Amino acid sequence: MKPSGTAGAATLAQKIIARAAGRETVAVGEHVTCEVDLVLSHDSSGPRRYAQRLEALGVPVWDPDKVVLVTDHFVPATDARSANVLAMTRRWAKDNGVNNFYDMQGICHVVLPEKGHLRPGMLAVGGDSHSPTGGAYGAFMVGIGATDMTGVLATGRIWLRVPRTIRVEWTGALGPAMSAKDMILHLCAKLGMGNDYRVIEFAGETVTGLPMSERMVLTNMSAELGAKTGIIAADATTLADIRARGGDVADAVIDQYRSDDNAEFEAEHRFDAADLPPQVAAPHSPDNTRPVDEHLGVAVDQAYIGACTGAKHTDLQMAAAVLKGRKVRSGTRLMIAPASLEATRLAAADGTLEILTEAGAILLPTGCGACAGMGAGALAAGETCISSTSRNFRGRMGDPGSSVYLASPFTVAAAAVAGEIVDPREFVA
Amino acid sequence: MSALAPVAGRAWVFGDQIDTDVLAPGAYMLEPIEVLASHCLEAIEPGFATSVQVGDVIVAGRSFGIGSSREQAVLALRHLGIRAIVAHSFARIFYRNSLALGLPVLICDDLEGVETGQPIRLDVAAASLDAGGRTRACEPLPDFLLDMLDAGGLIEQLSRQLAAERA
Ligand code: SF4
Repeated sequence: MKPSGTAGAATLAQKIIARAAGRETVAVGEHVTCEVDLVLSHDSSGPRRYAQRLEALGVPVWDPDKVVLVTDHFVPATDARSANVLAMTRRWAKDNGVNNFYDMQGICHVVLPEKGHLRPGMLAVGGDSHSPTGGAYGAFMVGIGATDMTGVLATGRIWLRVPRTIRVEWTGALGPAMSAKDMILHLCAKLGMGNDYRVIEFAGETVTGLPMSERMVLTNMSAELGAKTGIIAADATTLADIRARGGDVADAVIDQYRSDDNAEFEAEHRFDAADLPPQVAAPHSPDNTRPVDEHLGVAVDQAYIGACTGAKHTDLQMAAAVLKGRKVRSGTRLMIAPASLEATRLAAADGTLEILTEAGAILLPTGCGACAGMGAGALAAGETCISSTSRNFRGRMGDPGSSVYLASPFTVAAAAVAGEIVDPREFVA
Repeated sequence: MSALAPVAGRAWVFGDQIDTDVLAPGAYMLEPIEVLASHCLEAIEPGFATSVQVGDVIVAGRSFGIGSSREQAVLALRHLGIRAIVAHSFARIFYRNSLALGLPVLICDDLEGVETGQPIRLDVAAASLDAGGRTRACEPLPDFLLDMLDAGGLIEQLSRQLAAERA
């Protein structure tokens, strides 16, 4: 480890943890107990896993107003079992006074900022491995399991070990048909998936030039880097997004919650976005990523645009940029499951949806769907899918004998048109 | 028996990035824990569930437990009698889940030469491992996590604290 940094200087993660632990400063490696500002929970790892345990403890939810509950994994109900899980989740929200309950509004990581719950400097936890998504708003947000979640709901506190931070700086402008997904897939190949306990802080002009929905792709897939979380310091774009949704936030958070210039990072990596070609992760791991030209000609049975990672409004727009005036090739099916009702509404309003349906896309319900191996869009043995989701572990989207390639919405849409993996840059003007 | 009691068993050695799908295969997630546990690790070590004995210890490489946040990955190992996991590193949600469910997890850089089937002794509180013919040091756990393990997990620790507050 390179000894950079000066005494007293702190990373963004350290500043948030120190504040939540009621301390001036915290040192890397220290165990501390933090007050939790925000809890995100969903139907799968939610009440069905902790309701009984909370009851056994005999304590109420410590602060229902700090809890956001979303149904996304089992929606819409496809059988009696999923219907019962949803009914139980709805009942629990009501009985426990959890008013921030978003039923079938979209995928939890997308709904949380859409509904204006995130603020820079928050210490947040989520009952899902992609909880780092919230870090795009300058919050420190980590995923936890159901037992830990029970503890947080009972006490409002959580223990944390102060993590090291790896700084990843991007400079240069992304080319046509390029997106944050290409950046993070490239990082999966370069940094690997073993960044355990580390925080990945994304910075640089490329990152600050991205809209919030694209920043969320970077922090979302920090989970695939194996990191504790990903984070991006708040700036004017962050505050404008929060305010546009009616949220209150002070300009002062920008200076308050950023890494000091002389903070100690475990490593600092620099990447150039201008040089980056479209990236594709081959089966069965996100770190199996190569430039698209190494996968050209791989025939695809299914192209899937979905998940918290790859089906927000901007993702649907990327797909539409490729699909405009084109048709999905016969023999290939293109399925699109918008990440939220807001994404669908905006795509309907600006004509994006029409381009997608004109091209022959099949619209699926909003929710986790095939990304979680649930709902519509599952794969058969021997089938190949290219997907805008975040994980391609063996069997995740269906039969263990199926293969999933991960790519940006541009690349997925281009493959749907060509029936095989192609360079999406040929499809945009 | 407290999770801090001395551990004596055999080592089961695995490589890097053993994921939660291998520990708790998705196809059996809705089955009772006995059924799920009977498929634990079968994808890479067929017969593991039938040959593992109560008191055995898992020794692994990097990012053990990577993947989903499912707690069944811990529950399956616990059900089979695994008393502790020692690894170069853990996927952090698995690490937290394990402690919260009362299964000791220790980080150790010095695991060279430990082989499957060798006898192993472990003192969790002292973070000391006897395996492969010598004593190896693990990263010690802080007192509040040892207390959590001693109680049997996070919920049990909270119950203890609540009972003490109410008394
Ligand atoms: S869309 Fe996929 S990655 Fe996102 S929360 Fe749902 S299952 Fe997880």
